[in-house]
Amino acid sequence: MQILKNKKYAILLLFPALILVGVFIYYPLFATFYYSFFDWRDFSNYKTFVGLDNYRQMIEDYAVRKALVNTLIMMVCVIVFQVGIALVLALIVDSIKAGYKFFRTVFFFPVVISGTAIGLMFYLAYGYDYGLLNAIATAFGGQKRVWVTENSALTMVLIPVIWQYVGFYFVIFLAALSKVPQDIYESALIDGITGIKKAVYITIPLIWDVIAVCISLAIVGTFKVFDIVYVITGGGPMDASQVLGTYLYKVAFTGQNQGYASAIGVLIIVLGVILSAISNKLTERETITY
Amino acid sequence: MSGMTKKFSFADVIKYLILVLWACTTILPLLWVLNNSFKESNEILLNPMKLPSKLSFFNYSQLISYGNMNIFRGFLNSLIISGSVVLLVLLFGGFAAYVIARFDFKLTGIVKIFFTGAMLVPAFSIVIPSLVILRKLGLNGSYLALILPQTAGLLPFATLTLAGFMKTLPVELEEAAIIDGAGVLRIFFRIIVPLSIPGLVTAAIFVFLWSYNDLFMSLIFIPIREKQPICVLLSLVSSIYGTNYGAMMAALIITVLPVIILYVFLQEYVIKGMTAGAIKG
Repeated sequence: MQILKNKKYAILLLFPALILVGVFIYYPLFATFYYSFFDWRDFSNYKTFVGLDNYRQMIEDYAVRKALVNTLIMMVCVIVFQVGIALVLALIVDSIKAGYKFFRTVFFFPVVISGTAIGLMFYLAYGYDYGLLNAIATAFGGQKRVWVTENSALTMVLIPVIWQYVGFYFVIFLAALSKVPQDIYESALIDGITGIKKAVYITIPLIWDVIAVCISLAIVGTFKVFDIVYVITGGGPMDASQVLGTYLYKVAFTGQNQGYASAIGVLIIVLGVILSAISNKLTERETITY
Repeated sequence: MSGMTKKFSFADVIKYLILVLWACTTILPLLWVLNNSFKESNEILLNPMKLPSKLSFFNYSQLISYGNMNIFRGFLNSLIISGSVVLLVLLFGGFAAYVIARFDFKLTGIVKIFFTGAMLVPAFSIVIPSLVILRKLGLNGSYLALILPQTAGLLPFATLTLAGFMKTLPVELEEAAIIDGAGVLRIFFRIIVPLSIPGLVTAAIFVFLWSYNDLFMSLIFIPIREKQPICVLLSLVSSIYGTNYGAMMAALIITVLPVIILYVFLQEYVIKGMTAGAIKG
């Protein structure tokens, strides 16, 4: 296998991938840190070194605080509702006799659709004159109402964010449940453990490692939320539904303040690293073997 | 009836009720959009729940030019961009994966760390410098301005999954080919690629969906209307179409249709690709 020891070939084959990742991921990563110490606007050729000023500004910035709090709220809701609903649905589908394939197909399908389309769909559903929600409300004799207000904006973007990915975790749980050996359930049945009791005391502990992976994926995923919020509210009104991604976009491309946006970019990196470390700890627990 | 109750207990009824309710939330909103896409806006306002009085493609015909955008042009742009991204990621990712999987090469470990690390970098944090680079390279305003960053963003994941797949392939065929004096590229294209088809298809679907659905990078790297992918146009319709709800619904349907067709025909690959791509998600 002389040919497979040839370094020239190895480097040649690796070259395009390494160059692209180097130029468009690693170099920008370091450049973002560098730019965050400058006052730099409108993508101009002139940058002024300002030290930690951008970071100081970030601490006092109401929108950053709001975006952080919203991200944290989103994280909790995603763990409780997204992963929670997915688990409940998977446990139910695993226990029924017919329709397994149908529900798997139907539940997963929002995952493949873009956040932009999902966002627009909910934007239209929330509409006042023509919206689906008001149509349902009036059909049941209720009143039309304005759904997205400063108070409700976060909830109204959270619903599609959570809803879209339930099917994703559902499929992962379903696969995990199908690997639990039947004889464990049979011996539980002999002991008279069925239904919800069986789920809580036997099934959930058995797939706990998968649940932990899903929770950590969901946590990391909340940092990537952008499309749905951007389309439905754009982070507004009055930053009420702002998340870090939408705020960075606003600062960099509407406010044209690239130095400050870079500092926010650094904040996203740092938070991502911290949270990945925490969720790695969470998933470190030994895998159960049968 | 008593026979039925034996088969279907009360608990079963509750179970199916919950499942059907959730299924309604995933299907009904899109059906509502589809239904209204065949109605003119004033008919939607009159009753957004009713079936259209006549099947009208009026809304769809408007999409060719509304404001200064052409949804179908956007769709074509998306195919050009995402198609190129798929080809580049599979080609370059396949090359790199082959080295990781098969070559007896000291730096393979470092290369793996290089790709794994790159997967953790959030897109939000790298777009500003990337834009500067693209301008310096003179790619501003071209399709490549989006194709290259998207390719770079998807390469690490695709490379590592393809490498995992290639490691499981039997080596005998390659050994025979080497003895016959075949070159590296010939072995790659004639032996590795055909054997890796299932892995390549899964990766291709994941890469395509991710690229086709990506809004953030598309918004930033392609500012020229005529070259923007459909996702960007869709994000603009609510501000540009004003109160033309029918046209918005039609634009939404055009955008999701190809993805739904892909899902219906290649469902197993799609689910596999998306869940394997969890890290990128």
